[in-house]
Amino acid sequence: MRIFRFLAILPLISVLGGCQWVLLSPSGDIAVQQRNLLFASTALMLLIIIPVMALTIFFAWRYRASARAAYDPDWNHSLPLEVVIWSVPLLIIIVIGAMTWMGTHLLDPYRPLNRIAPGKPIVEARAGSSGIRKQPLVIQVVALDWKWLFLYPAQGIASLNEVVAPVDQPIEFRITSSAVMNSLFIPALAGQIYAMPGMQTKLNAVINHPGEFEGFSANYSGAGFSDMRFRFRGVDDAAFGEWVQGAIRGGSTLGRDEYLVLERPSEREPVRYFRDIPSDLFTAILNMCVDRAKMCTRDMMAMDAKGGGGKEGIHTVAALEYDKSVRRGGQPLPPRPFVMAICTPTDVYGAAGLSARAFN
Amino acid sequence: MMAQATAQAAGTAPAFYVTEEEHAHPGGSTMLGFWLYLMSDCLVFAVLFATYGVLGRNYAAGPSGADLFDLRLVAVNTAMLLFSSITYGFAMLAMDKGRQAAMQRWLVVTGLFGLAFLAIELYEFAHLIHEGATPMRSAFLSSFFTLVGTHGLHVTFGLIWLTVLMIQVSKRGLIEANRRRLMCLSMFWHFLDVVWIGVFTFVYLMGVLK
Amino acid sequence: MTSYPDWWKFLFGRLTLESFPYHEPILVVTFAVVMLGGLALVALITKYKLWGYLWHDWFTSVDHKKIGVMYMILGVIMLLRGFADALMMRGQQAIAFAGNEGYLPPHHYDQIFTAHGVIMIFFVAMPFVTGLMNYVVPLQIGARDVAFPFLNNFSFWMTVGGAVLIMASLFIGEFAKVGWLAYPPLSGAAYSPGVGMDYYLWGLQIAGIGTTLSGVNLIATIVKMRAPGMDMMKMPVFTWTSLCTNVLIVATFPILAATLALLTLDRYVGTNFFTNDLGGNPMMYVNLIWIWGHPEVYILILPIFGVYSEVASTFCGKRLFGYASMVYATVVITILSYLVWLHHFFTMGSGASVNSFFGITTMIISIPTGAKIFNWLFTMYRGRIRFELPMMWLLAFMITFVIGGMTGVMLAVPPADFVLHNSLFLIAHFHNVIIGGVVFGVFAGIAYWFPKAFGFKLDRFWGVLSFWFWVIGFYVAFMPLYILGLMGVTRRLSRFEDPSLQIWFVIAAMGAVLIALGIACFLIQIGVSILRREQLRDTTGDPWDGRTLEWSTSSPPPAYNFAFTPIIHDLDAYADMKKRGYQRPLGGFRPIHMPKNTGAGVIIAGLATLCGFALIWHIWWLAALSFVAVLAAVIIHTFNYDRDFHIPADEVVQAEDARTQLLGRA
Repeated sequence: MRIFRFLAILPLISVLGGCQWVLLSPSGDIAVQQRNLLFASTALMLLIIIPVMALTIFFAWRYRASARAAYDPDWNHSLPLEVVIWSVPLLIIIVIGAMTWMGTHLLDPYRPLNRIAPGKPIVEARAGSSGIRKQPLVIQVVALDWKWLFLYPAQGIASLNEVVAPVDQPIEFRITSSAVMNSLFIPALAGQIYAMPGMQTKLNAVINHPGEFEGFSANYSGAGFSDMRFRFRGVDDAAFGEWVQGAIRGGSTLGRDEYLVLERPSEREPVRYFRDIPSDLFTAILNMCVDRAKMCTRDMMAMDAKGGGGKEGIHTVAALEYDKSVRRGGQPLPPRPFVMAICTPTDVYGAAGLSARAFN
Repeated sequence: MMAQATAQAAGTAPAFYVTEEEHAHPGGSTMLGFWLYLMSDCLVFAVLFATYGVLGRNYAAGPSGADLFDLRLVAVNTAMLLFSSITYGFAMLAMDKGRQAAMQRWLVVTGLFGLAFLAIELYEFAHLIHEGATPMRSAFLSSFFTLVGTHGLHVTFGLIWLTVLMIQVSKRGLIEANRRRLMCLSMFWHFLDVVWIGVFTFVYLMGVLK
Repeated sequence: MTSYPDWWKFLFGRLTLESFPYHEPILVVTFAVVMLGGLALVALITKYKLWGYLWHDWFTSVDHKKIGVMYMILGVIMLLRGFADALMMRGQQAIAFAGNEGYLPPHHYDQIFTAHGVIMIFFVAMPFVTGLMNYVVPLQIGARDVAFPFLNNFSFWMTVGGAVLIMASLFIGEFAKVGWLAYPPLSGAAYSPGVGMDYYLWGLQIAGIGTTLSGVNLIATIVKMRAPGMDMMKMPVFTWTSLCTNVLIVATFPILAATLALLTLDRYVGTNFFTNDLGGNPMMYVNLIWIWGHPEVYILILPIFGVYSEVASTFCGKRLFGYASMVYATVVITILSYLVWLHHFFTMGSGASVNSFFGITTMIISIPTGAKIFNWLFTMYRGRIRFELPMMWLLAFMITFVIGGMTGVMLAVPPADFVLHNSLFLIAHFHNVIIGGVVFGVFAGIAYWFPKAFGFKLDRFWGVLSFWFWVIGFYVAFMPLYILGLMGVTRRLSRFEDPSLQIWFVIAAMGAVLIALGIACFLIQIGVSILRREQLRDTTGDPWDGRTLEWSTSSPPPAYNFAFTPIIHDLDAYADMKKRGYQRPLGGFRPIHMPKNTGAGVIIAGLATLCGFALIWHIWWLAALSFVAVLAAVIIHTFNYDRDFHIPADEVVQAEDARTQLLGRA
């Protein structure tokens, strides 16, 4: 991996590296490593591409008809040349392939970080150790139509279209979506990962420099997609504490009912903060059962693993229709009889949820 | 095929074209072409099988194959289709011997077996839908109805084709074009049989006896 | 919306007066222009009494050459539509900054980028590639037509039917707003309830049937109908790449058909394959569509590699370097193209090992592709290069395509893809390989084979002008997108906040204008060439000193292609014949057995298109009726046993004598 460090200081960067070229001069360690991989593979390929381009032009000029250069119309095979033209690309691909294998595993978004930055490994949090904190900050991300909701379970707050994290603090994003596919992308911090309804993806990353960075959805998701942007702010610990306190003081409540209102399609939402968030809200979003009339997909899958709900379960339909009917341009579905899951935890289908259904 | 040299210029020059025109083979590529079509159709079924493989356990808290399928009925159904393949084979044997009337009789028998298969399948579908196990009920049922239904649609078109061919044979006899068409339908019919064996094994047997 | 009575809903389904976008000025003007142009065309055809000629000699023709030409014409027409979409997108992105909404609201913009992708891939690149294969392959292998001439005609009209549906969406209703591959759940009934998605589904389904059948047809042709002596390793490279492409078509288009059918069921019947509801799994669709989608790009590029190979050996006056490795490279690419589909969605969160596997298989494809580039390179070595138009396109391709290849490998490294995925870098990459590869190659192919098809060369001046506009326009239009991608700008945005990005979008828009000039010069080139056809006339049938069999016939070739079936002794069959003193046969002609023209293809495809239209608008009675009509038409067609005829010997004698005279004059 030394080659990365060498390539990272290629003069190229200083030429191109205005702050605009965010992929080439990112502020998070993961994105920096991704950038280095990009540089390394480019440099390796240029080894072959530049000669090919040069030879193309040279041969075209040298053997133009008017030049009357050596002409050998039957020359069409050369074993040494064939060996070279197959083996040189092969060698380069072997090197890039090895880099790919290592890089893909090291930079797997699911993998917990093992360092904050080059030379700053994360150590076990022993008493008296001078090591860096190990526990990552968990941020739960929900892609809504068309805005981003960030839940901070440990802090008990949430924010809309803004996400703040302390510098040099490992972050673990847990990502899902409410209706359609999106992709969470903060170029300065780390690569993107899809946000998919009913599924959870993860992204481990760290921001090394304070500042305001742009984040957005990188997967087209409908009419409001272009404005589905948010601010990512890297701040010091004190500022983060203040930000959390501010959200606790000035935020509004975000219960299940409020979430179901928030979830409805809207564009260009201003930054907002929330507090008093039920601890199971993200789990409910992920399992598509914020609306208490819906069966959680987790429960549905548990039943399916045991062989389904049998013929008695045939009419459990309304509780399993998760697509948002309002977006169909139609009316909310009339209530239908359904059978409760046998293994449902208590208080999932409370009376409050039924009123919230009207929104959905 | 005979090729004669027309070497007017140089004595060493070989023949560059066929002077004796080869006998024309209309439809010489038909068997290959039809095979290719069958392989492409096979891929359609491959997608449907794969989809069933992925979604076939997503009962959505509803009924599973074990709750719904009546293996005895499906066994009868399978027998109908297998018999129809055998009788189609007899029809082909009769065709080879040039016995047109016998062939037509076997084709009628094949068609009746095919119809019986379709009728039983439709009965099964109607029964399931009546119970509420509709294609809309769960991803499992969606993929089940689509896989089995696509096979059934193929059988339906096979039957239409069979009927048309019987009319054409009765009008024109066992001319070469008709023989070729009967061979194609034969391949199609046996292909549907093979697919059905897959359906019977993966969907019905493994759905019930897991 | 006003409510319509039940009889209206029965008769017209979802179709209402509001379905016609008369309130959108852009569309009204477009409609007016298209209508005026169409009426003028109809009037001209009527005035010169060309309807009969068009119907008998073209629309119902089963001649592979005429069908090939019609495919190319379809490609050019759809290129104009697809490129108009591109210009509108570039225009919108160049002005929509810092509060300026631009002139296209998302409702319209999102349709445009979807239509652009769908049209350019399915109705521009595919017809161009199929057209070239249709025209050239039978001639190259010494055959008189394809294996199933009627099927060929039918395939073409099905492709047209799909194109007609996509075009109809411009003026009746709307098109999909989902991106060209229509990922669910966004494309499902819940989030895209309108007719746009249904236009997409039925348009592609109908065109896809045509493509699959034409794939079956060309495989059978290449496998069964090669002239005696042409064993597999003596097939011209273009024929080889066509074979591989058609194998890919037959092996992938059914997957597309099945996948679209499942999505159609979700939308029409309410099944749950790709919904969030009731156990559906949208990611299944993404996998399935890319199992088709990745081989599709090789379906487009492989025959074009063949075009470049023919061009390289012809204009270097030299045998192609490394024929065997070229063939093996093609076959390896064909196989590997199935093992890479997941690289289109590394960001879905598959494990690191899965991502690495697909990343590395993707990179491996660059090895045979690189070998091909080297083979063209060493074909130039010790050649005698004539810089005719096709050769210029080849050089532009070689320089441009390696850049696209490089960025392709960058995107194949999963961690790098995490930052580049869905960005404008990706857009620049695939336009780099599709324009720099496929489009340049199509123009090379057109310039190369045009004299064969029409008997006169294309005008050089306008061709060179078109070439430079295209090449420079490409770089001006897409290099800024690479840069924007590295700035972290994602695709499919209709407006932006950061004003510092604007300059790059303005440059890209200028590039698009240059390309527009390139297209204009191409059309002028065709027009000027037709006017100057006497000066540009090719009497020899072999204007470029060609090396393969198509150059041994007259330009344009007679309906039967070859009076006598050729016998092949060497890879470069015609070069070998010329070298060894081949004399054209002057006598002994016999009647030639040929297929008859038939209108069945037009009629069945037309009915299928009508059926698609009825399904899109939920006009159930019409859908049922037209479906039954399709079945009936197919059955009636099978009762027609009288499908071929003999061109009498004296007609052959006439045609061949005319050529003898022409050659004598030259």
